[in-house]
Amino acid sequence: MSDALATGNLPFPPRPDYLRNGRTVTSWLTTTDHKRIAILFALAITFFFFLAGAAITAVRIELLSPQGHFMTSDTYNKLFSFHGIVMVWFFLVPSIPNTFGNFLIPMMIGAPDVAFPRLNLLSWYLFMIAGLVTVYMLVAGGVDTGWTFYTPYSTMFSNTHVLAAAAGVFIAGFSSIASGVNFITTIHMLRAPGMTWFRLPLFVWAIYATSIIVVLATPVLAISLMLVIAERWLGLPIFDPAHGGDPILFQHLFWFYSHPAVYIMILPAMGVVSEIIPCFARRRIFGYDFMVYAMLAIAGIGFFVWGHHMFVSGMSPYAGLVFSFLSFIIAVPSAIKVFNWTASLYRGQISFDAPMLYALGFVGLFTTGGLSGLFLASIPVDVHVTDTYFVVAHFHYIMVGGSVSAFFAALHFWWPKITGRMYPESWGRFGAILMYFGFNLTFFPQFLAGYLGMPRRYHTYPPEFQIYNIMSSSGAAILAAAYLLPLGYLTWSLFYGKRAGSNPWRATGLEWTTTSPPPPENFDSQPRVDRAPYDYHPEGYSAGLGEPEVQNAREVE
Amino acid sequence: MSDAALLKKPWQSMARQRDAGTFGIWVFLASEMLFFGALILTYTVYRVSDPAAFTAAARETDIWYGTINTAILLTSSLTMAVAVQASTAALGFRRLIVACLSLTVALGVAFLVVKGFEYKEDIEHHLVPGLHFALAQPAAQIFFALYWVLTGVHAIHLTIGLGLVSRLALLIWRRKLVFDDNPEIEVTGLYWHLVDIIWIFLYPLIYLPGRAS
Repeated sequence: MSDALATGNLPFPPRPDYLRNGRTVTSWLTTTDHKRIAILFALAITFFFFLAGAAITAVRIELLSPQGHFMTSDTYNKLFSFHGIVMVWFFLVPSIPNTFGNFLIPMMIGAPDVAFPRLNLLSWYLFMIAGLVTVYMLVAGGVDTGWTFYTPYSTMFSNTHVLAAAAGVFIAGFSSIASGVNFITTIHMLRAPGMTWFRLPLFVWAIYATSIIVVLATPVLAISLMLVIAERWLGLPIFDPAHGGDPILFQHLFWFYSHPAVYIMILPAMGVVSEIIPCFARRRIFGYDFMVYAMLAIAGIGFFVWGHHMFVSGMSPYAGLVFSFLSFIIAVPSAIKVFNWTASLYRGQISFDAPMLYALGFVGLFTTGGLSGLFLASIPVDVHVTDTYFVVAHFHYIMVGGSVSAFFAALHFWWPKITGRMYPESWGRFGAILMYFGFNLTFFPQFLAGYLGMPRRYHTYPPEFQIYNIMSSSGAAILAAAYLLPLGYLTWSLFYGKRAGSNPWRATGLEWTTTSPPPPENFDSQPRVDRAPYDYHPEGYSAGLGEPEVQNAREVE
Repeated sequence: MSDAALLKKPWQSMARQRDAGTFGIWVFLASEMLFFGALILTYTVYRVSDPAAFTAAARETDIWYGTINTAILLTSSLTMAVAVQASTAALGFRRLIVACLSLTVALGVAFLVVKGFEYKEDIEHHLVPGLHFALAQPAAQIFFALYWVLTGVHAIHLTIGLGLVSRLALLIWRRKLVFDDNPEIEVTGLYWHLVDIIWIFLYPLIYLPGRAS
């Protein structure tokens, strides 16, 4: 209210913010407020993140020595499978869309809530049921198929809890689809007056593109897992070679989802970075239109590259050629984005706050991961490095270096908005730098080990690879510290952090025009928009030090 | 007006809310297309790889049950469409809407009953893949595996549709729900038609191969 007084407006009557609007547990579990549902998702995925992180910590400790002394091969297989399944479907896929997307989409487009608030809550409950089934799977004894559930191993030979694992992922798919439908409808139908498509912040575009992939790809995953369940549980021989079934068909169905799923995991991260870089460089984003088209192109082409996961599975050379070509093509829109982020920094007044450090880290790590992806798109190199640590390193550069860095960038950038408190800045910067170095120490050696031929998913390995594994495991220890650190200081800031004003970063965007934390209906009056986003530093003017001319809901009457 | 009773958070106008409802369900139906699309793709791949086994297996299905069910389901779509039109006309056709929705439910249940008899017969004829399967060709088992999965998943969708339609019928009958121009009726109708259209694809894939020659 002091903001409103300072600008000479009459104060609005006091009202509770969304966090204090009902204090009981029931008020949280039955809420239809998109911001509270975002918090519920955030708590759930944080739990799964550390659960899956614990599993891989055990794996990294085991890999310190070539013979592996701490666990049996079976335990090892179960641990990395659990890590993959939980990290992919219970952290990465819902991570940014269901927390920050849920929280920010209505606020960024000037709406009071998502289009279907009750469906939004249902999505969380479905997610929790799915999570429960998956935790049951772990407690009951785990699964050893890897996150890919390849047949015929998963359908005929594995003696572990494939059913529970597949069922968990199957149910999580419904949650994804429900959220996807909700976001698409929200963005189409609830934009504020004046919020035209090409005035949307890029984060909104990113979630839009992501949701399209979610809606069109997830049902195919559901079917492929359902067929695995049908074969295992009901004995219907769908992928059984003895009956003329084709295990490769499962791989096609699986990767038809799981390659686009990589874009489900990275596109929201690109959206986050596109918000943060302009803000901390005080520059308009370079090439807004191309950023939009690039994201839509990634979403579209992403559906036609799945075959590059199967170059060695047996496929016609012509199909291989087409998949290889398309996999190279999809690097073009990705490169456009990297160049545009870089160009947005040019002549900017850059400040290196924690969100910006994470975002710049993202650009570097995503570029490394993306370039190593070109090696894998090229068939001769792919044949050489298939199923080696090169693939593991590539994948983690995109998923952990890319998506998880962006998740932490978003967490720090919007933390003041979500909680109303500032995090301790020096700890934030320290955490960002620690994560960057920990990450590179963990995964860069894996490129080398993989190129030299160390196969993935093995419990023991030839002694000449030990040096790389020791580097990797020490990096993982640093990385673990870098992940636990924010858990500590962010929790601390909830109680002792400095109070954040409405707009601590002097950022543009409707979410910064309302109070921190926002009121239950987001805005006190309907926002109106009359300009493009990222109005920081127009061409030909030096960056001012004052507030950007953002639309303030409290000023429009 | 009835609009006030139907308007929900976060909408400010009924027209917008209705648009969003139909838009949302269309997006969901697109998702469903990919769901069944993946199953039909699986069917196509196996049929192309062993056409003889597939035609031999398809001849074992009971075309009468299939045809009767097609007629039942198409009729149910008609009654559903009439209910939707009666609701959007907003002329107070309460009894017509309740009658049409109830007929839709009755026809849907009839479909499941016929399907039940068909399943019983299939089981008696050893058409469940496994040890005592009736046909010799290995790929015939795949045909019947897909037969059970496709019709089973379709039946689950139909059952969900039955729940949604009977809820509407019951609430409108007991005057607990505004029926004129209620977007819920149209949204439920779109879902019902999806279930019908899926069956229109399943019918020729399951019952017709091998009948002409």
